[in-house]
Amino acid sequence: MGRRSSGGSRDKRAELALGALSVGVLAIIALMAVTVFAKAWPSFAHNGIKWFFPGGDVDQQLNAILGGPKDPAHYVYHLRAWPLLWGTIVTTALAVLIALVVSVLAAVFIVELAPAAVRRTIDPVVRLLAAVPSVVYGLIGILAIAPWVERTFISQQRKHSVAYVVQLTGSNLSVAVLILALMIVPIMVALVVGALQTVPRSWTEGSAALGVNRWRTMWRVSLRTARPAIVAATVLATARALGEAIMLSMVSGSRGFAANPLDGSTFLFEPVRPLAATIIDYIDGISVVPLEQTLYAMAAVLLVSCAFLSLAAWAVKQPMKRYGIRA
Amino acid sequence: MASEHALPSPAATRGGRPRDSVGSWPLVDRVAYLLCWAVGIGLCAIAGVIVVFMLVKGIAYVRPILLVQSPSAGASEATSGGFLDPIVGTLLLTAIGTVIAAPLGVAMAVWLNEYARPAWLARAVESGVEMIAGTPSVVLAIFGLLVFSRPFLAFLSQTSAGGSVFGRSFLTAGAIMALLAIPLILGSTREGLAQVPAHVREASYALGKTKATTIRRVLLPSVRPHIAGGVTLGMGRIVGDTAIVVILLGATLRLEGVGGLPGLSTLRGTGGTLTSYVKYNSPAGEGNAPQKAYAAAFVLLIMVLALNALVTRITSRHTRHMR
Repeated sequence: MGRRSSGGSRDKRAELALGALSVGVLAIIALMAVTVFAKAWPSFAHNGIKWFFPGGDVDQQLNAILGGPKDPAHYVYHLRAWPLLWGTIVTTALAVLIALVVSVLAAVFIVELAPAAVRRTIDPVVRLLAAVPSVVYGLIGILAIAPWVERTFISQQRKHSVAYVVQLTGSNLSVAVLILALMIVPIMVALVVGALQTVPRSWTEGSAALGVNRWRTMWRVSLRTARPAIVAATVLATARALGEAIMLSMVSGSRGFAANPLDGSTFLFEPVRPLAATIIDYIDGISVVPLEQTLYAMAAVLLVSCAFLSLAAWAVKQPMKRYGIRA
Repeated sequence: MASEHALPSPAATRGGRPRDSVGSWPLVDRVAYLLCWAVGIGLCAIAGVIVVFMLVKGIAYVRPILLVQSPSAGASEATSGGFLDPIVGTLLLTAIGTVIAAPLGVAMAVWLNEYARPAWLARAVESGVEMIAGTPSVVLAIFGLLVFSRPFLAFLSQTSAGGSVFGRSFLTAGAIMALLAIPLILGSTREGLAQVPAHVREASYALGKTKATTIRRVLLPSVRPHIAGGVTLGMGRIVGDTAIVVILLGATLRLEGVGGLPGLSTLRGTGGTLTSYVKYNSPAGEGNAPQKAYAAAFVLLIMVLALNALVTRITSRHTRHMR
């Protein structure tokens, strides 16, 4: 009976405990944002807005920071990180573009066009692709795909055409983009399929009743209704692509070089190194204080970009609620 | 024989659902239809190629001796040993991460779904979790390095002779790994809680049970499959992550304990997992022993696919149960 009478206060305690845990995790997240920025500040402060600009060879600058004097008064901070930013932007944008087309088609196929038997196969296939660890993708990329790309596409002529700025190898932008696209397709397919399945059946049936064929119905009714969710899926996949580090550090060529679209098709075979991969590549030097601060500056850029993308994904999904659809 | 009809013929009706014949569609639609099939089949083909490729390489290079031998920094494939330590590291790290993440994820899910007071705080926690889910693991990892090299957290890792705290250990890496798994566990549990009908809760209240008792005795048991599914997903995520291992576990070849106490010394020490072992032995790493990398990647893939199959089983059994 005693338990019964104290039930109210126990209830209160349970609520408080659970709430405290939740808020604790929230506090850790806030702490993360604050500490990463505090640590990153000297790098931003020394370079100003030019941190984000092009200028010189970023790998040389990073090595100069790494090998700089140990005296705090003479720390080297000079960094123009544009090649890394550009590498991040190009790999992410191209991969997301490919993944968007592929995943929308795949989602339509899964939801509407595939016969039941095929659908039962493709569901686990998508989950499998999502489950393969990035290091395995990287391994396949560097041991199987990169040598093939090198044999097939990188002729002596192509090598000579850019030899004055950069060396071409099998690990390059094209391999990075293809594997990155393959890695984010399953995430996007899952989200888009989920969104398409929430489109009210009466809407697609109404369209079919008007004599519209199955593809047109998907294109004009379902995909249009699910458009906010597709945008949200794209944004979330972008965040994932931005943060991919291991696979990219293995297959992107790991050279802080701003691949130049003016080089025509050679552009696709130039090496890059995105921000996240740079952090992994230079992590052994993190005991050097200025390099540590530079790496945290890169992490801060990634953190802000991803936070914005999360926010954007939430914001674009709001119109779906107007239709009474939760996706 | 289905000839051209203005209306779908009965022969074209399968499973009680009228289907129009693709042949009568406009050209653009037929092209799109074919593209959809091509993409669907293409994804299956790619997945098949990956699995078969890894299987062939795995069968070619995995030897039972590799699974029970510790790695060493040999110069050739023959002298670099096996990958017992990385396997143990993977299991240990996954266990630590799960033990931390599961209670937190479930507690947060319960709070968000059953209490969520005050509303603004719940909203903030929700956004925070969404943010964590979108944060790259490499950022989480170097944040962990920053936090765990504080002097007052020295007991979690080791202190160097100069007095600086190393910050890298199984405990610290496991704690950050938990952050990867929490959103998955929370999402899955919440989905389960949202599916429990309100009358179940009301029935419990009507019997005089408090909210806390209802949660513990009624709600949590009924969402057990969801919790299991989320935890398994989280484990898959932890097993597959490399960045946190490279940055926060030291990615050493062997498990290197710190201090005298057995068990605790391993937890406080550095080590490696299968993912870091694969990276180390790939051409991009220092080991550069592709056969070892393939063999370890094969074992890693088997682990991940087993977890994946487990998720599928848990969720499918559950949906059957719900119907």
